[in-house]
Amino acid sequence: MNIVVCLKQVPGTTEVKIDPKTNTLIRQGIKNIVNPFDTYALEEGVRLKERLGGKVTALSMGPTQAIEMLRDAISVGADDAVLLSDAAFAGSDTWATAYTLGKAVEKIKTCDLVICGRQTIDGDTGQVGPELAEMLDVPFISYVSKVEEIANGILRVRRMVEDGYETIEATPPAVITVVKEINTPRLPSLRGMTKAKSAQIPTWTAQDIGIEKDRAGLAGSATQVVKVFFPQREHHAEMLKGDPETQVNALVEKLREAKLV
Amino acid sequence: MMGIQIDIEKCTGCETCVPVCPFGLIDIIDDKARIKVEGCNLCGACKDACAYEAIEIEQVLEQAPASDEYRGVWVFAEQRHGEIKGVAYELLSKGRELADTLKTELCAVCIGHNIKDVAGMGAYGADKIYLIDDPALAIQIEDPYVTELARLIREYKPEIVLAGATPFGRSFFPRVAARLHTGLTADCTGLDIDTEKRLLLQTRPTFGGNIMATIICLVKRPQMATVRPRTFKRSSSDTNHKAQIIKVDFNKESVTSKTRLLDFVADISEKVKLEDADIIVSGGRGLGKLENFQLIRDLAAALGAAVGSSRPPVDEGWISYPHQVGQTGKTVCPKLYFAIGISGAVQHLAGMQTADCIIAVNDDPDAPIFQVATYGIVGDLFKIVPMLTERLKKG
Repeated sequence: MNIVVCLKQVPGTTEVKIDPKTNTLIRQGIKNIVNPFDTYALEEGVRLKERLGGKVTALSMGPTQAIEMLRDAISVGADDAVLLSDAAFAGSDTWATAYTLGKAVEKIKTCDLVICGRQTIDGDTGQVGPELAEMLDVPFISYVSKVEEIANGILRVRRMVEDGYETIEATPPAVITVVKEINTPRLPSLRGMTKAKSAQIPTWTAQDIGIEKDRAGLAGSATQVVKVFFPQREHHAEMLKGDPETQVNALVEKLREAKLV
Repeated sequence: MMGIQIDIEKCTGCETCVPVCPFGLIDIIDDKARIKVEGCNLCGACKDACAYEAIEIEQVLEQAPASDEYRGVWVFAEQRHGEIKGVAYELLSKGRELADTLKTELCAVCIGHNIKDVAGMGAYGADKIYLIDDPALAIQIEDPYVTELARLIREYKPEIVLAGATPFGRSFFPRVAARLHTGLTADCTGLDIDTEKRLLLQTRPTFGGNIMATIICLVKRPQMATVRPRTFKRSSSDTNHKAQIIKVDFNKESVTSKTRLLDFVADISEKVKLEDADIIVSGGRGLGKLENFQLIRDLAAALGAAVGSSRPPVDEGWISYPHQVGQTGKTVCPKLYFAIGISGAVQHLAGMQTADCIIAVNDDPDAPIFQVATYGIVGDLFKIVPMLTERLKKG
């Protein structure tokens, strides 16, 4: 069972604040982290490998600093890692990203299963997984919460849908995206950390994976960002003043007036 | 050279651009800004911040203009178990505006079996409805939807195709876009038309909702976008507006499903229908501990409201994930929304700021929640909430 897990390094955004004076992002103290949803993808890949044998390759596209994240992936059980990094990849939208990842998966060759997180916490699109499946022309199953079986040329999973769950079967190779309900990611082992420290992590460029310049990065993207701005909020609430009782009375009156209660 | 460049002559090394990069890719080396371009998405935040015009971004290659064969605005009208989803009507209402601006037609596409009230979409602005109805589509498996929607788009060539950012939409729609070799923008909160260039301006929150980005699909067609439920308001229905229903045969032969649905088990424990609630009472970090969340439930019970939450209580395990409102939870648009002990991080605001009336209770007068609230109370929620509950119970 050869598995590729896609990982993305993202800014740890949950504590991000906006400087109210300059209306810019306060980045100080924000560390880059592995996209949390991807940690479940990696853990599932490692668990499947432990059960069935084979190999897990961690794959990422990004700046060279993402090497550290890939090292961490090895410390929790990935056998190999590959970083796709090239100035030509700058400005990639989800379509160009999926194309680039697809070319790398093809170069890795023997791959039975690609596992991605359901979405990233920075872009939040959730589009790269399904688009990657189309690039590779293989079956796709999203929101997987349990891999029930992968054997004898059959992949059977449980996937979450809005009003319950489904059991779905497909013939591998396939791409799946996983939800956090699927497992609890492990912490690095001492052996894993030792292995990670000395691991050789190759960096592949556009040329290495046979991507023509006009298919990578901005040139290969269908969409482009034309403007970024910080959400402006001018409005301010009508404040209800006084002691708690006065405040509550004023509120109830307002709500009754508006026939909201 | 396409992309982003820093003019070393103009750069003063002032560091203004360093903190504005959402991805932290700018360093000052030898008193000049350097960008690690490998991770850059050319968003332009640094360019806007630079007072010396030292940052140049070449956004667009000389490219052939988009084909003008493509005309019309389409909405994928998702159904589940034969019921058309609310988001379809919201998208039709928005789609009508876009189609009017473009002076073109608005069409709905509906795929399934025995779908209720298909013609009713006419009242929300659809001029035509393409309907594929076949018993084989009674189970909702994605592969035939991908194949059939892609086939219809290739045949009729709409310039814009919208779908709801529901779990199903977010899963199958990207595959349609990839198959058509075109772009897709997820979770748009704003859709407008650049009339001069006939382009769809797609605005979405990114980077955890801290930044808004406007995205275009310049050359490829159609321009595709998903929109979360409850983002746009449903227009009032006009029963005089009728749609022409065009039945399209299900092309069984061309659809070889790569996945097989073996079983569906409905989750009956999930009773949280936040999206449909008229009143929602949400609690946040300010409640402090699990037991205190009861205050929220009591107030909700007095109002006949649904119980919501910001992210911290879910992370702390005070309440389950289906209750979470915000960027990574649900988007809601009730008539009345109570934000109790919620400071109002952008991620939360992204999920509730379109509510008709928002009441915020918080002990911090500077909490961002007061910027979106209709009425604000600064005070101790442990005094105010029980008092409010009692008042409402008395009637």
